[in-house]
Amino acid sequence: MANFDTELDASGLNCPLPILRAKKSLASMQSGQVLHIIATDPGSVKDFEAFAKQTGNELMESKEEGGKFYFLIKKS
Amino acid sequence: MSEPKKLAIIATKGTLDWAYPPFILASTAAALGYEVQIFFTFYGLQLLKKKLALKVSPLGNPGMPMPMAMDKWFPVLGTAIPGMEAMMTMMMKNKMKSKGVASVDELRDLCQEAEVKMVACQMTVDLFDMSTSEFIDGLEYGGAATFFEFAGESDITLYI
Repeated sequence: MANFDTELDASGLNCPLPILRAKKSLASMQSGQVLHIIATDPGSVKDFEAFAKQTGNELMESKEEGGKFYFLIKKS
Repeated sequence: MSEPKKLAIIATKGTLDWAYPPFILASTAAALGYEVQIFFTFYGLQLLKKKLALKVSPLGNPGMPMPMAMDKWFPVLGTAIPGMEAMMTMMMKNKMKSKGVASVDELRDLCQEAEVKMVACQMTVDLFDMSTSEFIDGLEYGGAATFFEFAGESDITLYI
């Protein structure tokens, strides 16, 4: 796992909350900083890809481990 | 970034289940950088009340999954039994909570935070003798022309 600046635990939250919380976290971060997100919603895998594509923030990593989903997003 | 994309939604329904699509789509679109406006008309106005009292009804809704095979024991007419609506509403709310689905209040707050513009249909407010004091703050009141002013330059328009 690469380094990150901020962590967001969206475990237990369902669509669209993980995306909305991530957006909020990114808003308080600086360009180039990395947000680490933990989620349990299986839909978040596709959603974070789509979020990154549309907002221009880079999805550096997306993986599943032990039923949880982990994402690294770099703020553009 | 270039000019933001725009999403215009018309919200016409006032039940707990149908409260979700407009607020989920509006809040998500806002998070994606869209400029969003929702026009609330007819029963959709219920979604703007300060104190939300939204219900879900199994009556006339054969697509609604019923817990404990209730649809077997209470076919069609059973869904009209007094108290059934309150019970289904309670069960639906509990289910949503246990699955981490946001409440309508929460999604509406998130929309307002994200500066989703909400417009209440003045004609329906008058028609139903509703008082604007029943509604949340930050609304605009207008008619069809107000909707088209924004919808006419929107990239996506949804009728819900």
